[in-house]
Amino acid sequence: MRVEKIMIDEILVQVERLARCYGDTRVVDGVSFVLFRGQILGFLGPNGAGKSTTLRMLAGVLAPDAGRIMIGGVDLLDQPAQAKRSLGYLPEQPPLYCELTVDEQLYYSARLHGLSRTASHHAVARIKQRCGLTEVSRRLIGHLSKGYHQRVGIAQAVLHDPSVIVLDEPTAGLDPIQSREIRELIRELSQERGVILSSHLLAEVQALCTDVQMMRAGQLVYAGSLTDLECQQSICLRIGLKKPPPLARLEQLPGVDQVDELGNGCFRLHHAADAAPTKLLIEQASDWELQELTPECASLEQIFVELILKMDIK
Amino acid sequence: MIVLTIAVREWRSLFLSPLAWTLLAVVQGLLAWVFLLLVDDFRDLQGQLANLDNAPGVTDLVAAPLFRVAAWILLLLVPLLTMRLFSQERRTGTLDLLLSSPVAIPAIVLGKYLGILAFFLSAIALITLMPLSLAVGATLDIGKLLAEVLGLSLLAGAAIAIGMYLSTLTTQPAVAAVATLGLLLALWMVDMASATQGAGSDLLGYLSLQRHYDSFLLGLFDSTDLAYYLLLSLAFLSLAIRRLDDLRLRG
Repeated sequence: MRVEKIMIDEILVQVERLARCYGDTRVVDGVSFVLFRGQILGFLGPNGAGKSTTLRMLAGVLAPDAGRIMIGGVDLLDQPAQAKRSLGYLPEQPPLYCELTVDEQLYYSARLHGLSRTASHHAVARIKQRCGLTEVSRRLIGHLSKGYHQRVGIAQAVLHDPSVIVLDEPTAGLDPIQSREIRELIRELSQERGVILSSHLLAEVQALCTDVQMMRAGQLVYAGSLTDLECQQSICLRIGLKKPPPLARLEQLPGVDQVDELGNGCFRLHHAADAAPTKLLIEQASDWELQELTPECASLEQIFVELILKMDIK
Repeated sequence: MIVLTIAVREWRSLFLSPLAWTLLAVVQGLLAWVFLLLVDDFRDLQGQLANLDNAPGVTDLVAAPLFRVAAWILLLLVPLLTMRLFSQERRTGTLDLLLSSPVAIPAIVLGKYLGILAFFLSAIALITLMPLSLAVGATLDIGKLLAEVLGLSLLAGAAIAIGMYLSTLTTQPAVAAVATLGLLLALWMVDMASATQGAGSDLLGYLSLQRHYDSFLLGLFDSTDLAYYLLLSLAFLSLAIRRLDDLRLRG
């Protein structure tokens, strides 16, 4: 039990005050975070928020202007070769050579990551099985579908058994079934490793990740565990009324801060954390013909909208 | 070791596309035709040569002109093969695979260079077989032939280094190809200026790819010429390394 605890608490990635400019624009500005073994960390944010740039710096493809990146206790900037050995990276566009077969591509990648000839062959055979690539192993990559490209890309990123996997939008451009398979694969691979992935799909992050971070204009604006999010008390009620009273009447209910009209007789009542007006609503139920009463937790979407959109309006 | 892995991958990829095979066929076809013309001329001249003291041999009259034409053709072909080396990798994003792997940038550059060089060395070997076949019926000056082969290999090596550097500058292979062709032809012909302008152009003459190649064709092995080609290759290899480093720093 004690051993397991230490395993879980092991820090795999430590990023401190990472910054990067393109010309005069600060694309990433003072980003710091920590990744533990067993975590799946989801990066969320609108396009151009600096997610990809952060991940590229983490993979050593792009040099940061300032800050420090420690991977498995090794400084990526001081000892890049050693740090990159424990790192697997899948860029937005999987880096594949169309003229090679799946076998050749994976073997080449294994050799690049410093595996010996026999170790490479073993690693390729093992990963093909795990990622479901055995049937296509002799096909040319150029002839495979996008879903397979993504799988080969992921296989390539975990081939050398790295402790940290960095995936940039791993399910972009895939159909729902393919995305589900890829998510399943990522979940499986994350067991004994740490995974960092970026996505613009909130539902995906909610389904897959253990932790979430939101970026906006190069800065981290939210960081938290998804389990924390789920346990929070309701902060609003969604109600459906067949004969709704005037909006002002609902706003006057004790404890209600704000009412959003959702159309079709549906409303969202925002209330103080411990003052849900449930009882009052039920008393009025027959007059207003109450049809729906659902407490809503703070979802990822609400946080996202709150943080990203409302800041933009300001 | 990792350099070899990259070189082999590059070399194999070349032969997986029809481009390399087509190039080899075209080079061999054109040069075979030139070779036959040269042998024909030599046969016609043979009677007159017999009367001369210190007459030029078959190596001077067939092999040397053949290698002069071969140099021209190879200079035209180098851009076609070097243009994709880095521009394609940047375009398709495969450069990220190399940069995120624990391979140092000099090893990446050297690996790719050796891969393409191996291709051109095989082309040169095929070309050399033609004059070598004359050994059946004539006496060849093997020393001279070796000097010519060495000269052509060094020239190809320098041209590849130049082409590779230029392909790191752009994501468009065609742009890299045109730039390489322009630079190679300029370097080849730069001694024309020294021929017409006279004084002050000795430096230009020294820079010429052609002038150094000519002495190899005469069978001269001068360490100055060797150093010229090696330095030229080394300079452009270092430029390519610096450029890739810069890409990582500037993005």
